[in-house]
Amino acid sequence: MDRADLPIVQVENLRKVFRVGFWGRCVTAVDGVSLEVQRGEVFGFLGPNGAGKTTTIKMLMGLIYPSAGTATLFGRVIGDQAAKTKVGFLPESPYFYDYLTSREFLRFYGHLFGLLGGMLEKRIDELLELVGMTHARDLQLRKFSKGMLQRVGIAQALINDPELVILDEPMSGLDPIGRKEVRDLILRLKESGKTVMFSSHILHDAELLCDRVAMIMKGRLVASGHVSELIAGDTTQEVEMVIDRLRPEALERIRPLTSKVVLKGERVMAMLTSQQDVDHALDVIRSAKAKLVALTPHKASLEDLFIRKAKGAQSVVEARVA
Amino acid sequence: MKVLSIAFNTFRENLRDKLLYNLLIFALLMIGSSLILMRLTLGEFHRLILDIGLGSINFFGVLIAIFIGIGLVSKEIEKKTIYTIVSKPVARFQFLLGKYLGLSLTLFINTTIMTAGLLAVLYFQDVPVHGVLFKALGMIMLEFMVITAVALLFSTFSSATLSAIFTLAIYVIGHLTPDLKAFGQKMEGLGRTTLEGMYYVLPNLERFNLKGHVTHQLDVPTSDLLMIASYGMAYTIFLLMLASIIFQRRDFR
Repeated sequence: MDRADLPIVQVENLRKVFRVGFWGRCVTAVDGVSLEVQRGEVFGFLGPNGAGKTTTIKMLMGLIYPSAGTATLFGRVIGDQAAKTKVGFLPESPYFYDYLTSREFLRFYGHLFGLLGGMLEKRIDELLELVGMTHARDLQLRKFSKGMLQRVGIAQALINDPELVILDEPMSGLDPIGRKEVRDLILRLKESGKTVMFSSHILHDAELLCDRVAMIMKGRLVASGHVSELIAGDTTQEVEMVIDRLRPEALERIRPLTSKVVLKGERVMAMLTSQQDVDHALDVIRSAKAKLVALTPHKASLEDLFIRKAKGAQSVVEARVA
Repeated sequence: MKVLSIAFNTFRENLRDKLLYNLLIFALLMIGSSLILMRLTLGEFHRLILDIGLGSINFFGVLIAIFIGIGLVSKEIEKKTIYTIVSKPVARFQFLLGKYLGLSLTLFINTTIMTAGLLAVLYFQDVPVHGVLFKALGMIMLEFMVITAVALLFSTFSSATLSAIFTLAIYVIGHLTPDLKAFGQKMEGLGRTTLEGMYYVLPNLERFNLKGHVTHQLDVPTSDLLMIASYGMAYTIFLLMLASIIFQRRDFR
């Protein structure tokens, strides 16, 4: 069952329809999502708020039941107890038993995995050290800040030394230092051979960390693959041109080639999207004897892809409504 | 092991609940107040102390069972703490059973404290204590366990407020089921079937009430006690199984 070449997480056509309100109106939260997470990789599950990330993760963790489709963890159907022993999970903005101290809290979760005695105590000390919470080990959780809660939450997810760690929005609500610490922690997990799947709407973090990503919008998968491939495959890379002394008639010849033009006194800033258009525009500038001040290719980022996909998803929805 | 961990965690959670202490203090005050009320009555002092004492233990225990019981599961869902439990290798019924046993432990310790209070009053007033008192206390504890299971059942599918109302209703009706049957026998057709159906489905909580036996110092035969105990256990197990089935199908949104 648990073969090394099998994907650790396999999701096929997963769908969840919620019934909301008094009349039980149907709302599709996740609509036919398929994805795979391979052993040892850091997988980013990206999308704006309300896209269906948390719903998908909750289905993987057996918290809600799919309306259709299948999903497996370690080749076992979701909800399987044996598969759960190999998974660590941090929910979104986690809530914990606030009357417990960090130690009591971690001990409780250790017991749920059948861990006991000296082994467990040693593990708790290691984890508190790892997440930098040793100083607060005997403090009740209700006295914690959000960042501190997130840290013990991560410690809780690692108590069973899991092979797969699923983190739902681990960076949300953290300050830049906290975010960097979580990033470092994810990289350290990857180094020690763990598989990490995390969801985020902060694309910068995903770009720095992930081997592969999947993007979800309005319950549908809009892109997935290696980060570099996704960005490279994004042919609409933009070039910014800054031109001085461009005569109005020359500007009118350039305008159809651009996606955006900004005029600032004598200076013209134009955005172009294809190499062919750039060449053409350069010819015009040369023949008009204008001065090219700068030619800057804008490096495509996940963010650009994300925004474009978001617009695409919006227009699809509008078209469907129309 | 997992069930016990959840049970002890629930017990610890209950101990940090202010409601518990408020109810406990009120119960002890009520038991103590029988000393004052005694001065207002002529004769029958012993009966009065026992009546008020057992009544207080029963009443406040039921309040604890209902008002903490309704929060057992709904609070975990509301506060989303359940996400971290159900995602661990813990079956949902183990979670429910753990929560149930945790509150039962709390109730047991509470009943012990209240009983100690009652025994102290009895001791200082030189009231003789008969074995039937402890039998009655055992049955009160059994009633708490049934009520807790009812509260737990409702809290698996409805909000805390609704669960409280439903459970209180079941508690009141549960003490009136013999009347339901009597009513039904005076009716015809559908009315009769409905009332008799309710009589058999709802818990017959009056069976657990041995206060009369205590005040009149009438012993209860062991065979009767066994019958009542088996009824209580069977009913509790039935409720817990029903709660598990409902809870198993639930989505935690």
